[in-house]
This record gives sequence, structure tokens and C-alpha cells, in this order.
Amino acid sequence: MSHGNMNLTLKIWRQNSGKEKGQLVTYPVKDISPDMSFLEMFDVLNEQLVSKNESPIVFDHDCREGICGMCSMVINGRAHGPKTGITTCQLHMRSFKDGDTITVEPWRAQAFPVIKDLTVDRTSFERIQAKGGFVSVNTGTAQDANCLPIPKDDADSSFNAAACIGCGACVATCKNASAMLFVAAKVSQFALLPQGKIEATARVKNMVAQMDLEGFGSCTNTGACEIECPKGISLENIARMNREYLVANCKD
Amino acid sequence: MSNTSPNFITSSIGKKFLMGFTGLFLISFLVIHVLINACIYFNDGGATFNMAASFMAHNIIIRIVEVGLFLGIILHVVQALIITLQNNKARPQKYAVQNLAVSSKWYSRSMGLLGTLLLMFLVVHLANFWVPTKIAVFKGEEHNTFESLKTVFSNPIVLAVYLLGLISLFYHLLHGFQSAFQTFGLNHKKYTPCIKSFGFWYSVIIVLLFASMPITLFMGLIK
Ligand code: HEM
Ligand code: SF4
Ligand code: FES
Repeated sequence: MSHGNMNLTLKIWRQNSGKEKGQLVTYPVKDISPDMSFLEMFDVLNEQLVSKNESPIVFDHDCREGICGMCSMVINGRAHGPKTGITTCQLHMRSFKDGDTITVEPWRAQAFPVIKDLTVDRTSFERIQAKGGFVSVNTGTAQDANCLPIPKDDADSSFNAAACIGCGACVATCKNASAMLFVAAKVSQFALLPQGKIEATARVKNMVAQMDLEGFGSCTNTGACEIECPKGISLENIARMNREYLVANCKD
Repeated sequence: MSNTSPNFITSSIGKKFLMGFTGLFLISFLVIHVLINACIYFNDGGATFNMAASFMAHNIIIRIVEVGLFLGIILHVVQALIITLQNNKARPQKYAVQNLAVSSKWYSRSMGLLGTLLLMFLVVHLANFWVPTKIAVFKGEEHNTFESLKTVFSNPIVLAVYLLGLISLFYHLLHGFQSAFQTFGLNHKKYTPCIKSFGFWYSVIIVLLFASMPITLFMGLIK
């Protein structure tokens, strides 16, 4: 074991399918470099499992650089682990100590059923998006930017909302498994721009309706989502969505 | 994009608007309530207090507002129940390990529990004062509410129940006051800190004022 490497005990949620019961299974891992990412540590463990003819742990991942939002894991009771402002793939093993026991569970929500092990089905987010998380305009050459002046503050707020990567950490963290932060980010991103104003009423109503239909909980303003969101989406977006929703319902 | 949504009031956000609205209504009622109670501090054998209490018991406008108050409480509690049950259902499988303390305050996560304690307290409170007053009004008698205050609060168990009820109220308001504004969509870099500190001081002052009354009566400081 080279200097500084760690031995850890992992307790990982194993579940064969959504229909079967799952449980936490304990795996010791040895000689983990502190410079590995959390997912690389999983790769090492999975190679060991495969060489022992055991089935590897299934977990979602893609970009491994914090932009795709796939790497959903609740690590020691926190979405994406002990650090804030990052995803699991950006979490390094140096955030843990030699000898630590680490519990890893999937996102837990009625609307995110487990597919296998740590992978959950997040198509509920996609169905919400499909209800209005877009602008229906014909594509073509972009018009001259100066034709459409947008105040800098609005542009910044819209951009910040658009930073949401749809990872679902907000749902996983919320005591009510509420998707309000995600939906609010998607609504806000358009609500602030002239292009989005045209369809604003139908957008917020339909997206909220779909959110309710999917079985997410409602918001009790605990603020936990904002703390655990890797992209720093703020509660102001939820307030904006509530305003938009009220106004939309007053209009018709 | 066609519009396919159900109506406002049954939506998750609509329910929260109603919660917040009824909550703020109850908050404004508490101000009136504490002011009337504070009449005991004239320390004039309850003369001023009984006058205020009798006005509240007989005035027609107050009678109408009282109906609104009960409706408000019922709406608030019913919505609270629906929301809390739905929210519990949204996570059927709980986490084995969950560290919520880093991301939110315990009382913001315990509004259902605090509210239930409040409701239990309310039942005791109404049985202590509201019911006897109503019976007296019904019989056309004058009810000496001040004397009943002194009798009720001579019991240390009653005192303890009231203080526990007020602690629940304190934490319920601490989250509830500012939460209602966020629900209404009023979140602003400049004004939200003011709303939050106003809510904090409102909770502290209203609860301390309410608590001072059973304590001073129990100690026999008010004659
Ligand atoms: C004097 C009595 C009460 C006052 C002044 C009060 C006030 C409030 C306020 C202002 C809110 C925030 C609403 C929002 O976030 O939009 C709230 C929420 C809530 N209240 Fe009450 N309430 C009272 C009694 C009760 C009772 C008796 C119950 C329960 C049975 C209850 C249960 C709840 C629940 C579950 C919430 C939801 C928490 C949340 O969404 O943040 N409350 N209350
Ligand atoms: S709001 Fe934040 S936590 Fe929620 S899905 Fe978007 S990026 Fe993830
Ligand atoms: S794997 Fe893409 S954000 Fe982590």
C-alpha cells in the first residue's frame, strides 16, 4: 500500500430490479488512492467483483466532469456526498479518511423508481420537460443579438437557472421528495427572457401539473435543495415559479 | 403549447398558497389576542381585561370574524394534513442514512409535528376559556373571565402545558412566517432578509408576551 492510500468499508445498496427487494451489502475496498474520484473507486471495486464472478454494481455516469447530471448517489446521507457544489464524479477520495465506513444509496423518491442497484429511472423529469421546458420557435439563422435587448440582470438570472443539469439531487435531498427546484429552474430560465414570455402561461401550468402527476412531494421551503444542488440553483427560482403560477392562473 | 392543467387550488402550489394565507391570517389574529390579554397588566382586578373580553364575546363584527377564524384554522389544518400525507407518500422507501441537519433546520422539517402539538394545545385552550365563555353568553350570564384565568393558571400542570404549547408555536412561526412569503413568491435580495428578521422578532415577542401571562398569574403577581 503506497503512502496515503486508504482502506474503506462500503455499504452499498444492491437491488436486482424495481420489483425485487434490495438491501445494503458490505464491501471492503483496499489501497484506494486519495486522488481517485468516487466513481473511479467504484470502477476498482467493480473490477474486483467481476474477477470474482460477482455481478458489478450498476450506477449511472456519463461525462465524469460534473455536467451531465447522471452520477446520482446518496453518500453517507447526502446527495453527491459530503462536499457542496459538486456532483459525485467530482468528489475525490481525499474527502474521506482511512478506515471510514461509507454508505451509498440510490436517489429515493416515488417518482424515481430504482432500475437496478444505484440507478434510478428519472424519465419523470423528462416528461415534465416535455410539457413546456422549451420554446416553440422555428429554427433558422439566429437573429442579430442587438435586435433583442435583454437587461444584464435578467440574462444572468436566466443563465444561472439554465445551469440546472437535471441531476435530481434536489429531489433526493428534500424531505418531501419535491421537484420544485428543478421545475423552477426550467420555468425561470424562460420566464426571464422575451423568447419565453409568449408561452409563459401554459408552460408553468403544464409543467407544474405534470410535476404533481408524477408523484413528487410539495415544497415546504426547508431550503435543503438549494444547499445540496451542485449548480447552486437558488430558492429565488421557486418563488419566481410560484409567482408565475399565480399570475398564469389569474389570467384564465 | 396547449393548456392541460387542473385547477389552481388542488395543485401542490395552490395548496401551499392557501396554507400560507390562512397561516398569515392566524398570525394577525395572534396580535389582537395578545393585546387583549395584555389588559391583565393594568392590574386592576381584571376590570379592563373583563371589559375587553366581554366586548370580544358580544360584538357582532367580532362574532363574524370568529367564524372566519375557525374556518381559517380548519382550512389550515386540513391542508396541512393532506400535504403532509402526500409528502410522506412521495418517498415510500426511506434512506438508511440521511444527513439533513447540514442542509435545513430541524423545525422547518417538523412543521407537521409542531402543528399537531399546536392543535392539541388549541383543544385544551378552547376547553379552558372559550367553552365556558360561550356557555355563559348562551345562558345570558356575565362571565368573569379574569377569575377563571386565575383559577386555571393556579395549576402547575396547566402552566406546563401552556408553556409547551408556546414553544411549539415559537418554532412553528419561526419557519412559518418567512415560509409563507416565499410561497407567495415574495423573495427578493433586499427585502427577504427584512421579512426573515421581522418574522424572527415577531415569533420571539409574541411568544414571550403570551408566556408572561400564565407565569405572572401562576406566581400571583396579578391580583
Ligand atoms: C396559531 C396557529 C397557527 C399559525 C399562526 C400557523 C402559521 C403557519 C404559517 C404562517 C405557515 C407557513 C405557510 C407556508 O409556508 O406557506 C404554516 C405552515 C404549516 N402549518 Fe401552521 N399555523 C398554526 C397552526 C397550525 C396547526 C394547528 C397545524 C396542524 C395541524 C399546522 C400545521 C402546519 C403545517 C403542516 C405547515 C406546513 C409547513 C410548510 O409548508 O412550511 N399549523 N403555519
Ligand atoms: S435544481 Fe440543482 S439539484 Fe435539482 S436537478 Fe437541477 S442541478 Fe440538480
Ligand atoms: S457523471 Fe456527469 S455529472 Fe457526474
